[in-house]
Amino acid sequence: MIYNEEFETLPREALKALQVKRLQQVLQRVYHTVGFYKKSLDAAKIKPDDIKSIADMKKLPFITRQDLRDNYPFGLFSVPMSSIVRLHASSGTSGRSTVFGYTKRDIETWSDLIARCLVAAGLTKNDIIHNAFGYGLFTGGLGLHYGAEKIGASVIPMSGGNAKRQIMILQDFGPTVICCTPSYALHLAEEGKALGVDMKSLKLRVGIFGAEPWNKVMRDEIEKAFGITALDLFGLSEVIGPGIAMECLEGRNGMHIFEDHFIVETINPQTGAVLPEGEEGELVFTTLTKEANPLIRYRSGDVSRLITEPCRCGRSHIKMERVLKRSDDMLIIRGVNIFPSQVEAILVDIEGLKPNYQIIIDKVGALDSLELHVEASDKIFSDSGSVKELQKIEKRIIKDMKDYLGIAPRVKLVEPNTLQKTGPKVIDKRHF
Amino acid sequence: MKVEQISVFLENKPGTLEKATRVLKDANINIRTLSLAETADFGILRLIVNDVEKANKVLKENGFQVSKTPVVAVEVPDKPGGLHSIMEVISKEGINVEYLYAFVEKSGQNAVIIFRFDAPEKAIDVLLKKNFTVVPGEKLYEF
Repeated sequence: MIYNEEFETLPREALKALQVKRLQQVLQRVYHTVGFYKKSLDAAKIKPDDIKSIADMKKLPFITRQDLRDNYPFGLFSVPMSSIVRLHASSGTSGRSTVFGYTKRDIETWSDLIARCLVAAGLTKNDIIHNAFGYGLFTGGLGLHYGAEKIGASVIPMSGGNAKRQIMILQDFGPTVICCTPSYALHLAEEGKALGVDMKSLKLRVGIFGAEPWNKVMRDEIEKAFGITALDLFGLSEVIGPGIAMECLEGRNGMHIFEDHFIVETINPQTGAVLPEGEEGELVFTTLTKEANPLIRYRSGDVSRLITEPCRCGRSHIKMERVLKRSDDMLIIRGVNIFPSQVEAILVDIEGLKPNYQIIIDKVGALDSLELHVEASDKIFSDSGSVKELQKIEKRIIKDMKDYLGIAPRVKLVEPNTLQKTGPKVIDKRHF
Repeated sequence: MKVEQISVFLENKPGTLEKATRVLKDANINIRTLSLAETADFGILRLIVNDVEKANKVLKENGFQVSKTPVVAVEVPDKPGGLHSIMEVISKEGINVEYLYAFVEKSGQNAVIIFRFDAPEKAIDVLLKKNFTVVPGEKLYEF
């Protein structure tokens, strides 16, 4: 099924022409309304008028996550605050977080995109959707929610956490669809098993999963545990949130990128050179219709491959494979994006701590676990020498991590000068 | 009248205490008394030694996290009610004990109790007024 037949099946020639037209419009707009873009285009000696085709795009400079941080909070907005109706943000302390604004029309666009995703998953107004993506500053929960209402489905705004209650609602309300991170789905399956609930007997038919890397093995496991069809949803909060790309029920081979709203390129992350479609590289997104903070050639850091073969579902839009890896050091832990530099910033902000640390990520059951080893510096120890003070520091680290990054680690204070010697800042023991 | 205690941060894993005691042994330092506080992840070894400066120096040189903490040593007869007589005075003054540990003197007549008070100066003051024997550092190190 296709939600927006006209645009989703637009012949590629017409689609390209639409992209060029929209690209030229957005370039004009950002050049005249966002200081950052004027500066960066001027520095590259490019005028919006110079871009006459998709091929010309490579002349445009990239925008990176660092640029987003440098312009925290509202520096990249192209409309006044009076036109903004919603703000979302990534985790992180001031200057390391990124903020995304939405106009009324952006919310419409986003809802339309999610509606497309849900219909591509075979959903109708008769479905009940158990939405366990996080609600709040994170784009997942509310993004899904608006699209679900748009197709007239019934939404249960569960948000994350509290597995026992989730299982109760799954049994009592009888949702036909579940949306969450793949690892959370596996966690619910485990919890259900422990409670003696037969998860296969639930009314669930389809699962829509995203916000973290996963693989075929996990997908098979989820499908088996719940007796459902599991589909892949892709999004980036910087670009719009979930709803950039969605796997269709008919094809089940890659996610269609909604090209009437986004231009996707693959680049070599080292050189920045554009790669031929189909080669593995870092995905670069340009928003064509976003009003509040348009992005021109945003380097996502996600490494994947584009699939150009036509799809049996009839959509003309190009597909992307599931994200294979990151081109930078971003970590995705329980669906939360974290950079080691953000952890470091939190440690430095705590009086007396030196940023000698190690992040250890593993799986406990289906869920990611985060352990943070921090050297007990001279400063914190020699001032007190007491268990109480050290435990206070441990608690402070856990609290700050939870407050700023949205994830509470297990903290272990270790002896000084032991971490640098043993090597890397991050040890990721998970296997995708 | 205060006594200096050496506190050493130890990771909670096999071999860390052994390394600390070896460093002290090699420097020919005698431990008068000690206690080990532990949490799930780390421990703090508290020591009263015969040579505070040297112990501090050699432990630091060997990469340990060391701090010097002022504590108070009180001598009481080694018989029922010995500790209680101190606690009566301390509690009346509203002084808090963060931790304590004790040992019996070589003569076997008296016990020495090492206190970490939240207000060490005030504690010493009231204990002396009540005629308790507060053992000064120099004497304790040489016991």
